[in-house]
Amino acid sequence: MAKTFTFSVDDMVAGWSARDLVNIELIKMADEGLEFACVVCDDYLQKSKMGELERKHPGTVFDVGIAEPDGVGVGAGLATAGHVTYVTAFGPFLSLRAVDQIHTDVAYNDVPVRLIGTHGGLTSGGGPTHYAIMDAAVMRAIPNMTMCMPSDANQGARLIRASLTYPGPMYIRLPRGEEPLVYADQDYPFEIGKAVVAKEGTDATVIACGSCVHYGVAAAQKLEEEGISVRVLDMHTLKPLDEEAVLAAAKETGVIVTAEDHNVVGGLGEAVASVVAKSGMGIKFKSLGIPDVFASVGYAEDLHPFYGYDPEGIAREIRTMLGKHLPPAVD
Amino acid sequence: MTSVDMSVVARLEDKAIDIKKLLFDYTNNIGNSHLGGALSAADIVVAMYYHLLKFDPKNPTWPERDRFVISKGHLACLMHNVFADLGILKREDLFKEYNAVNGRFGQHPNRKFIPGIEASTGSLGHGLSLAVGFALAGRKQKADWRVYCLTGDGELNEGSNWEAIMMAAKYQLGNLVAIVDLNHLQIGGQTSTVMPMEPMDDKWKAFGWDTIRIDGHDMAKIVETFESLPPSDSQTPRKPIVVIADTVKGHGIPFMENNAAWHIGGLDEEKLEECCTYVEAGRKQRA
Repeated sequence: MAKTFTFSVDDMVAGWSARDLVNIELIKMADEGLEFACVVCDDYLQKSKMGELERKHPGTVFDVGIAEPDGVGVGAGLATAGHVTYVTAFGPFLSLRAVDQIHTDVAYNDVPVRLIGTHGGLTSGGGPTHYAIMDAAVMRAIPNMTMCMPSDANQGARLIRASLTYPGPMYIRLPRGEEPLVYADQDYPFEIGKAVVAKEGTDATVIACGSCVHYGVAAAQKLEEEGISVRVLDMHTLKPLDEEAVLAAAKETGVIVTAEDHNVVGGLGEAVASVVAKSGMGIKFKSLGIPDVFASVGYAEDLHPFYGYDPEGIAREIRTMLGKHLPPAVD
Repeated sequence: MTSVDMSVVARLEDKAIDIKKLLFDYTNNIGNSHLGGALSAADIVVAMYYHLLKFDPKNPTWPERDRFVISKGHLACLMHNVFADLGILKREDLFKEYNAVNGRFGQHPNRKFIPGIEASTGSLGHGLSLAVGFALAGRKQKADWRVYCLTGDGELNEGSNWEAIMMAAKYQLGNLVAIVDLNHLQIGGQTSTVMPMEPMDDKWKAFGWDTIRIDGHDMAKIVETFESLPPSDSQTPRKPIVVIADTVKGHGIPFMENNAAWHIGGLDEEKLEECCTYVEAGRKQRA
């Protein structure tokens, strides 16, 4: 049955929870007197948190309109002239249309611009033109770039604060909508470039980033009930990759499944596979993600299961790799 | 208009001739360079670095300096020679390190290796957005320095320029001056054929800028124009200003002038001498 979906700007603004928390953090940082600039592309300043930031701290936020290449270039100019600059835009357009400016103005010039690409992966609901399924692949291939995908909105806020003093350029991918929080306790150690063990386990490891981390945790909880102990690594930083955490997972669990809301080409899976292959360890490995296709129209809640990187898809893959099967259903 | 000190003009004209000869020698040494576009911009660049800019070659990253953003990154060949002449770079290093593995100098400038180069450019059409960012930073910092951005005319084909041009007008950047080196040629031929850009003045005016159009090889006019600009003001909203300079690609060298083939080229000993003779003739003519 077809779903009804009333699309309005108000819904869009109200729904961007990760972005909201990130922007609330920016407001807090400005309130504390920390110095930075923001450039927004295709924002809605009358309603958005970025608008609130500009009203509270005039001269902080610059609106370029629907013009991502200019937004990135302007951000690079501000950053070169001494201001850490946050450039926000829809992820698909930021990471494709503006990639020449990202490559040259930001990365080659090696200046502290934080590119915040919203609507990551398939979360936009807007179809293939509005999906960012290659942003990690593009950013990983650009020298000097740090590529991050926080696993929940609170981690996004921590990342934003940490990014103020982190050297060099950075891309931060956020999902469009509200997503569950991975961590009940917010006191866990968080460091850019250092994976977080979201759950300990010994039989297999799920290495995930962004939205897929809470899927990994849900899959691990399900498997726990079946007697399978699964570690979940929250690989919020895809570059530089925490190779030590990957190698420990390979050595200690012998089975790795990666999960990402991204093309399987060029993303987390290939990054992890490369580390494992170079180590010479012969382990069982599988990468889950979008199978190098322009993904179907639809909603993330339907598409993620369809492409098999939702909790059930991850759990199914681990059972298969371990040669374990669900007990028959009991009526 | 302010009155122009003709002794300054004469000094700059002499310097422009010297720099062009250094450029020819450099080209002969390294193999080839973007001579056409270097010669169209040379008079303006010399006027800037030897008279107009707030810039201290002994301290090229002085925080109070004017920011001169070179959007046409293939001007690196000229900038290398100017910066060597100003003592910022060593001339012998230019030859040793040009396109050498791990060398500092190539066809396009790298700001990390050349103090005083504001932005690493090369891919065309990036400078204006960067310059808008610099100008907004100047506004945030309540700075007195001015931002100049030198672009070619061919690179104005790139759409993102016009995003930046709109934005500069939106933010009324009184500390930003764009300079168009309008030499009428790009690598593929006449700009009017490849992608007609005229009326250039009207385009910028329609986008909210004040425009001034000059002969980009008339040193007195260059000096008079830039000395007559209103003072840089990062705080008071004002239309940004563009100086559209009509120039000649390969200016001063008859076999290069208006010849797209000289976008990039080399000079053997014979051509080197010929080029030097042509520009020296300019000096003699004036005397």
